[in-house]
Amino acid sequence: MADTDEPEKKRRRVVELTEKMVVDGGSGRTCEWEGRWNHIKKFLERSGPFTHPDFEPSTESLQFMLETCKILVIGAGGLGCELLKDLALSGFHNIHVVDMDTIDMSNLNRQFLFRPNDVGRPKADVAAGFVNSRIPGCCVVPHFKKIQDLDETFYRQFHIIVCGLDSIIARRWMNGMLLSFLVYEDGVLDPGSIIPLIDGGTEGFKGNARVILPGMTACIDCTLELYPPQINFPMCTIASMPRLPEHCVEYVRMLLWPKEKPFGDGVVLDGDDPEHIQWVYQRSLERAAEFNITGVTYRLTQGVVKRIIPAVASTNAVIAAACATEVFKIASSAYIPLNNYMVFNDVDGLYTYTFEAERKENCSACSQVPLDMHFSPSSKLQEMLDYLTESASLQMKSPAITATVEGKNKTLYLQSVASIEQRTRPNLSKTLKELGLTDGQELAVADATTPQTLLFRLRFTS
Amino acid sequence: MDTRFQGKMLETTFFLATTALERTEHRLPLSCYKNLTVMCLETLSRRFTIVIGVQLPESTCLRLGSVLWSASVPFLVCKSYGLIGYMRLVVQEHTVIESHPDNALEDLRLYKPFAELKNHIDSYDLDSMDKKDHSHTPWIIIVAKHLEKWLSEHNCQAPKNYKEKEAFRQFIREGILKNENDVPEDEENFEEAIKNVNTALNPTKIPSAVDDLFNSEQCNSITSQTPSFWLMLRAVKEFALNEGNGSLPVRGTIPDMIADSQKFINLQNVYREKAMQDAGAVCKHVESLLQSFGKPPESVSEKDIKLFCKNSSFLRVVRCRSLAEEYNVDSVNKDEITSSMDNPDSEMVFYLMLRAVDRFYQQHSRYPGVYNYQVEDDISKLKLCVTSLLQEYSLNVNIKDDYIHEFCRYGAAEPHTVAAFLGGSAAQEAIKIISHQFVPFNNTFIYNAMSQTSATLQL
Repeated sequence: MADTDEPEKKRRRVVELTEKMVVDGGSGRTCEWEGRWNHIKKFLERSGPFTHPDFEPSTESLQFMLETCKILVIGAGGLGCELLKDLALSGFHNIHVVDMDTIDMSNLNRQFLFRPNDVGRPKADVAAGFVNSRIPGCCVVPHFKKIQDLDETFYRQFHIIVCGLDSIIARRWMNGMLLSFLVYEDGVLDPGSIIPLIDGGTEGFKGNARVILPGMTACIDCTLELYPPQINFPMCTIASMPRLPEHCVEYVRMLLWPKEKPFGDGVVLDGDDPEHIQWVYQRSLERAAEFNITGVTYRLTQGVVKRIIPAVASTNAVIAAACATEVFKIASSAYIPLNNYMVFNDVDGLYTYTFEAERKENCSACSQVPLDMHFSPSSKLQEMLDYLTESASLQMKSPAITATVEGKNKTLYLQSVASIEQRTRPNLSKTLKELGLTDGQELAVADATTPQTLLFRLRFTS
Repeated sequence: MDTRFQGKMLETTFFLATTALERTEHRLPLSCYKNLTVMCLETLSRRFTIVIGVQLPESTCLRLGSVLWSASVPFLVCKSYGLIGYMRLVVQEHTVIESHPDNALEDLRLYKPFAELKNHIDSYDLDSMDKKDHSHTPWIIIVAKHLEKWLSEHNCQAPKNYKEKEAFRQFIREGILKNENDVPEDEENFEEAIKNVNTALNPTKIPSAVDDLFNSEQCNSITSQTPSFWLMLRAVKEFALNEGNGSLPVRGTIPDMIADSQKFINLQNVYREKAMQDAGAVCKHVESLLQSFGKPPESVSEKDIKLFCKNSSFLRVVRCRSLAEEYNVDSVNKDEITSSMDNPDSEMVFYLMLRAVDRFYQQHSRYPGVYNYQVEDDISKLKLCVTSLLQEYSLNVNIKDDYIHEFCRYGAAEPHTVAAFLGGSAAQEAIKIISHQFVPFNNTFIYNAMSQTSATLQL
């Protein structure tokens, strides 16, 4: 598309780029040049019929985006690399990125900010370094950490947070963190306390992008049932009735390895160590031969051990682009943001479906009302634990339950600290009545899926 | 082909360095450009599996399109304009064997089990099994056994509607073993059987899409030039008419299910062996077809035929109209355009606006609203283009002024995120064309970043 200095003359020119494409290097030149932001300025400085009602054309919006607006990108993998590129090229120059992983060879086919030399280095560091040297003026600050290692002071500094995660637990945690910032005055939500969360997810040829305005729109937990719990193979199948090659590999991984400790005591199975995989592969073949099962290959073995879900670069590009567009819309008020969930699938042609995910009235994360739990006084604590982990709307991982009993704070059960686990384990087989719990009692539950403790109200059934 | 490298391009192009700004610009003689049309068709088709045209002016696009159509080279056109993305696929005939459908039904043949399957089912006697065996019998056997009884009691009529299927499910439930207190045992395999009744009882039919292919010209007029896809299809058709007794070759796979290893593997092998047998029969048909043209049987490999048979329910052929057909007043798809525009905010309006903008470029040698001072005046100029477009094609549709204003506002901008969305989409479509796996779109894709919606139109 031409934006000519001499509009009347049509000239054809071919620019030969003989020097090496600066994919690997930097520029180190001046930050601004003529026409750099022409594309974006059209959306910031011109009025239009479809803009957000609050939008006002201004030359200051660009300055805000370049200098002041702070974006947090969570994840520097398939989606993260795309997000960083998209945001940097859209005028966001204050970006932080968090990722706890290091670079693996298998990442290189799509996580394009990384090179073979970078294998083993932290993703956040390398990604930030690449973008900073490639986009003059852009400042990406890396954090080689788990999201749980950063506190609320850290998260509060951002205008918008974008997630490119591969874990539902992490999403829920982030969701919970932003919900904890919400301020209500006389029951009315202060919009200034909202930090928008843009969430992207992909798996193979499918993906989704959603806009979450905590306290206003559906949150991650409101739509938890959209994420079916991961299905693991039942133990009895693995132990005594394998049918698929995958069952054979899981048998070796879960039962043989801990028993035989092939590389020494305490040596954990490392999916990236070819010797480990080779060992698992050989034993899986033996297992399969016992049952006349065909199909065990080295590749399948590694796939099962590393829990590899095939990733497609183009899906990441599409979903990240949609997310970055939403960041732009929200930061600039240029258009009404996506309301609020888009699904994408390009297995057969290209298919998108956009809808408004609804808030759940009794959402465990955002409804603010302590959730009721109904149990008979003679139910055992174990039943409560099972409910918390197995219910589709809660899907907790290892909840810690505390209650105020006779004026004192009592830990009923906690799994994550061995000594406390041991001490409280007998409580699991005690009834709620025996534990001193009363009808209408408040229980506090902590779990990896949320940074905040959730409050439940115990209701006794007869 | 014709680009002027400018600073603003760096905003949108990730892999061009700022150092490239200092490049001197070379001029290419106009004659070289004209030679594009004279380029040898043979060379084109030999050299490129696919050609992707990005941000091409309309005239270039049409000229290139016509050359590539004659050379039978797939052409993918991509445009990003403001917040709109556009893709057009132009391919005469694209065959797909491995379409990998998302929700494929299993090929279990429970309605009319083939002989080997029937024998295998007969080898089970559910009533005389001990509990362990009973609980680890594959659900396929359970459904088959109960279906046998049902058919004998219902005049050979399989359960059809919801009521009958519900009764059938209940019938299976009654087959669950009971303990000494007459309480049903926990038999997960029976629960699986009940869950799968809906899908397992589908009669084995040749899918209509495949039937259409069987009835097509290419399938029935095989020559020595016919590509192997149609040759194999014809062989499968012959198989269906003969050894297959009206059905496609057995697929040979079964889903995982609760069962002990031996029962599962044995059942799986029954299907696998039948699939091999059927593929073998198809191979014979392929051979005789090849022979009739004096071609050696190795011309089509056994591996390819096996893959074809396994995927025979999922075969797809995509045929796109040419750009000439789309743009020609006599062959324009008026129905598609006018029916879409019943909703004046449908994605079709963006297609029409892109066409109008192309018209604008032809007339004014620039795009509307590029500079701020142009926006206001260009709205009326663009509106004239819209009117003349609709008139030329006799399209009785109404385009709201808002869209005309919006397209002037865009000023031919290419914000990166819109281009990235389209780039990812286009890349995958190109891979589909090259790999012949998964099904490409047919034939126009519009992406609207304002609402995060999209549509596929056949123009």
